Amino acid sequence: MKRAALIWRKSLNVIMLTLTGVSALVVVSVLFLILGYLLWNGGKSLNWAFFTELPKPVGEAGGGMANAIVGSLKLLGLAAAIGLPIGLLAGVYLAEFGGKTFSFIVRYTTDILNGVPSIVIGIFAAAVAVLPFKHFSTAAGGFALGIMVIPITVRGTEEFLRAVPVSLREGAMALGASRWRTIATVVLPAARGGIITGMLLALARVAGETAPLLFTAFNNRYWSPGWGQPTASLTVVIYTYATSAYDDWHRQAWAAGLVLLGLVLVANVGTRLAVSRGGAARGV
Amino acid sequence: MSSTATTFDSAAPRKTGPHAFIWRLRNGDQVAHIVTLVFAASILLITSLVVYELWINSHLSRAKFGWTFFWTRTWDPIFDNFGALPYIYGTLVTSAVALVIAVPLGLAAATFLAELAPRTLSDGIAFLIDLLAAVPSVIYGLLGIFVVVPLMRTVIGPALKTAFGFLPIFQGPNYGVGFLTAGIILAIMVVPFIISVSREVLLTVPRDQREAALALGATRWEATWKVVIPWARAGIMGSVFLALARALGETMAVTMVIGNANNISVSLFSPGDTIASTIANQFGEAAGDLYLSALVELGLVLFLITFILNGLAQLMIIATERGRGRA
Repeated sequence: MKRAALIWRKSLNVIMLTLTGVSALVVVSVLFLILGYLLWNGGKSLNWAFFTELPKPVGEAGGGMANAIVGSLKLLGLAAAIGLPIGLLAGVYLAEFGGKTFSFIVRYTTDILNGVPSIVIGIFAAAVAVLPFKHFSTAAGGFALGIMVIPITVRGTEEFLRAVPVSLREGAMALGASRWRTIATVVLPAARGGIITGMLLALARVAGETAPLLFTAFNNRYWSPGWGQPTASLTVVIYTYATSAYDDWHRQAWAAGLVLLGLVLVANVGTRLAVSRGGAARGV
Repeated sequence: MSSTATTFDSAAPRKTGPHAFIWRLRNGDQVAHIVTLVFAASILLITSLVVYELWINSHLSRAKFGWTFFWTRTWDPIFDNFGALPYIYGTLVTSAVALVIAVPLGLAAATFLAELAPRTLSDGIAFLIDLLAAVPSVIYGLLGIFVVVPLMRTVIGPALKTAFGFLPIFQGPNYGVGFLTAGIILAIMVVPFIISVSREVLLTVPRDQREAALALGATRWEATWKVVIPWARAGIMGSVFLALARALGETMAVTMVIGNANNISVSLFSPGDTIASTIANQFGEAAGDLYLSALVELGLVLFLITFILNGLAQLMIIATERGRGRA
C-alpha cells in the first residue's frame, strides 16, 4: 500500500514536471511560429515597390506602402518629441529630487497611465486634438503615441539612474559640483546607455500601436504633407488590408507585417543585448 | 524644499518682492528641481486630463441612460438608444476564455523556468518570451484572421464539438470568428505577462522553503505545488490581474477575429463584440453627439476596470516581493 503511494507520488512528480517543460516549450514555439509564418508569407510579397510606391487604386494589383512607412516614421518622430523629454525629466525628478509622498503619487500615476488601454488613449487624443478641429491629423496621432511613450520612459530612466553608484555622485559633489551639475555631467552620462535603451523600447512599443491611431491619424491612400492631414501608418494599413476582401491587399498586409515585426524585434533584441553587455562591463 | 536650498537661503541676504523668487532661482539646483518637478507633475496632469475628458465627453450618455446603460442590450445609433450589455458580456467572456487557457499554461511554464531549468536556459527562454510580449497586437490579429480563424473552422471547432458537444458553450454554428477565437488569441497575447511576472515572483521564494520541503521527503513537484506556489500566491494573483487588465483592454487582435456582432450568446462559437472592439469599429464614423458620448462612456468603463485591476495587481506583486506573500 505504502509502496503504491510512493510509486504514485513519484510518477505524478515526473508527469507534472514534464508538463511544465512542455508548457514552456509550447509558449516559446508560438514565437517561432509567428516569425516563420510572417517570413514565409511576407517574404513572398515583399519587393522593392513595397518601399517606394504609393498604393494602387482599389482592384489594381501591385503598388507599395511608401506613404505608410513615411507616415509611421513621422508619427514616431512626433511621439518621441512629445514623450521622451517629459519622460526623461520626470524620471530624473523621481530618481534625484523626489520626496516621499509626491514621488509615490507620481510613480503610481505613471503605472496607471501605462496600464490605460491604448484604445482609451485614442479616445482621449481624439477628444483633445480631433473633435475640436473636426478633422483627423498626423499631429493628433503623434500626440496619442507620445502620451504612451511617457510612462515607459519614466520608469526606465528612473531605474537606470538609481543603478548609478552613490560614490559617483559623492565624488562629484566633493569636488564642489552643485547637485544639477552632478546630475548633468556625471550621473546622466553614466546611465546614458540604459536610458537610451529604455527610450528605444518605448518607441518600439508604440511603433506597433494601431488602436490609438484609428481615429486620430486615421488613414490616407496618398502622401500626407505637413502635420494637419490624416496619414497612413503601417499598423493601420495592416489592419485595413487584412480585414479587406482583396487577395492582393492580404499579400501586402503580410509584407507590411513582416517589416513591422522585423523592426520591432530588431529594436528589442538589439537594445536588450546592448544593455546586458553594458551592464556586465560596468559591473552593475 | 531640499536641504541644499535652506543652506543657500540662510547664507544669502534676505530679499523681498518679485526679485526674491528669481534671486533664489539663481541657484541651479533649484532651477533643475523645479523644472523636473514640473515635468513630473505634468504626468499627473495628463492622467487627470484623460479622466476629465472621458467624464465630460460621456456626459450626454450618462445623463440620458444612467445605470440602465449597463444592463440594456439595444445599440441603435438611428434611434439614439444605447445599452452596453452585449459588449460588457463579450469583454468578460473573451477575457475569461483567455485566462482559462493562459493561467495554467503560463503558471506551468513559469514553474519550469523558476524551479527546473538551469539559470542560463531559464534566462534565454525568458528573453524569447519577452520578445513574444513585444509583438504588436495587429500582427496577432493578422495571424488570427489567416491562421487561427481557418483552423477554428476546420479543426479546433469540430473537434471541440465532437468531444464536448453536450455543453451549451460548444453548441451552435461555427463560423471561425467569435468569442472562442478571440479568447485563444488573447490567451497567446497575455501568457508572456503571466510567465515573466510569475517567474520573477517564484524566484524570490527563499531557498530554505524548498529545501525544508525536500528534506521532509516531498518530491520536487510536491515541494513546488504545496510550498513554493502557495508562498508566491499573492504575486501570482498579481500577474493574473495584470494579464486580465491587458486582455480586457486589448483592441486590435480581438476586433479582427471576434466577428463584430451585437450579440449575447452562450455559445463560444458565436460572433460578438467587446467594449474595445466596438469603440475601434464605430468611434471614427460615429455621427451624432449622443452616439459619440455613448462610445466615450464605453471607454470610461474600460478605463475604470483596468485602473482597478492594475492597482490591485501592483499591490499584490509588491506584497509578495516584500516577503509578506503568505499573509
